Amino acid sequence: MPVPQDRKYLESHEWHQLAGDIVTIGITQIAADELTDITYVKLPAVGAKVAANSSFGEIESVKTTSDLYTGVGGTVTAVNTELTNNPGLVNSDPFGKGWMIKVKAADPNPLAKLLSAEDYLKKAGH
Amino acid sequence: MTLTAGGHTLGFLMLKRTPLYEFHVSCGAKMVDFAGWEMPILYRGIVEEHQQTRTSGSLFDVSHMGRIHVTGPQAVGLLDRMLTRNVSQQRVGQSRYSLVCNAAGGVLDDVIVSKHPKHWLVVCNASNRDKIVKHMMQILTGFDAEISDQTESTAMVAVQGPAVVELISETLEMDVKSIKRYGFDNGTYMMSRFTLFRSGYTGEDGVEIIVSSGTAQNMVKSLSAEMNRPDSPIKPAGLGARDTLRLEAGMPLYGHELTEGLDPISAGLSWAVDLGKDFIGAEPLRVIAGHGPAKKLVGLELEGPRIARQGSAVNSGPARIGEVTSGTFSPTLQKSIAMAYVDAGHAAEGTALEIDLRGSIVPARIVGLPFYKRAK
Repeated sequence: MPVPQDRKYLESHEWHQLAGDIVTIGITQIAADELTDITYVKLPAVGAKVAANSSFGEIESVKTTSDLYTGVGGTVTAVNTELTNNPGLVNSDPFGKGWMIKVKAADPNPLAKLLSAEDYLKKAGH
Repeated sequence: MTLTAGGHTLGFLMLKRTPLYEFHVSCGAKMVDFAGWEMPILYRGIVEEHQQTRTSGSLFDVSHMGRIHVTGPQAVGLLDRMLTRNVSQQRVGQSRYSLVCNAAGGVLDDVIVSKHPKHWLVVCNASNRDKIVKHMMQILTGFDAEISDQTESTAMVAVQGPAVVELISETLEMDVKSIKRYGFDNGTYMMSRFTLFRSGYTGEDGVEIIVSSGTAQNMVKSLSAEMNRPDSPIKPAGLGARDTLRLEAGMPLYGHELTEGLDPISAGLSWAVDLGKDFIGAEPLRVIAGHGPAKKLVGLELEGPRIARQGSAVNSGPARIGEVTSGTFSPTLQKSIAMAYVDAGHAAEGTALEIDLRGSIVPARIVGLPFYKRAK
């Protein structure tokens, strides 16, 4: 399964893409496929503080409910409100329109400790 | 996020495959471990397969379910001892839903028992098959009867949906309409005998077919001639849709609404329990029926899109009064629905309750079961 090289990952299936000091976070296709039809995504409010390697929200599907984790700490600057009415965007376009939150990173090098695409795929067993 | 599935790479080596395994793979199924069987959870998507079943037709492989034959002069005696339902009045060509209970009245399994001319068939849950065979062996010592586990010599498929009865009648050259609900008949397909039951687990009209393993692949292909076409009236559906369909139809699932710690009276299945006869578990069930059950299985509609899961607490104000057994977002009703056991004092339709979803309190209301009933 293809995984974009232009971002970094957590073993728990979240991707992180850096632009300036803003990190956009979502989940991978592997995770979206495993969840099956996604019915609800609970995201934090804009302005909320999130800590690295902590839960920032929840995702529910027909099959299960899971926590969502961020690999970077900072302040939430945007959330994808499209997911409120159309959580299926995470199934259909997890690396694009299914993005979840944008975080202004506290760390100057926020993705340093995260997994490369290759290492993520190894850990995810694909 | 944490995925509950996965990690089955090694486990797959030991899993059993049904005679339709190649068919599933050719249709692009995603396979999972289900009760020791490698089964399709979905092909295209759970919600799409659910809607296909409600609007036209779906084919489910249910070959993993246990199929146990009972024969001998005292087969009826054995079954009447084991089952909550009176089988002595059952006629050839009829099937009945029944419970198998332990001595305390707890549910060991829910089964369908069918009377054939020369044998009885008990269809049980895949997850309970070993337990039920052992249980039957124990009861057997008192009766002149024989049991034989035929699960792995046959295949079983469920074909369900409003378009199914007409299409199956053509394909199998059989007048399915003349078979009553919970009736069955035999037919021949490519020189191989099959049994067709007018029953199912989706809330739709439809059939379940038992056929020899060798014939199953061919039959499935012709039933679904071009099943991968977008406008095909019958398409394959997986265990994921089977679960959301049965939940909308208010049907219990073993391990959720039924367990050894729960009894059929509390589960609202008194209609399938004949307290006037002697069977294993009858005495404690008479007591429960006499006093009225302390808790009852109810349907719940939640406010908002969030889904209640097995184990979620059901509260009335500060008091915990029950627990969710199954929940989903109903594709047909477009509402979050759940089944739960609640204290009998809080079980009236319309009662407002709250469900604790991982710390968030979501308002819910008791509604009648089933959630979905097909138009007749």
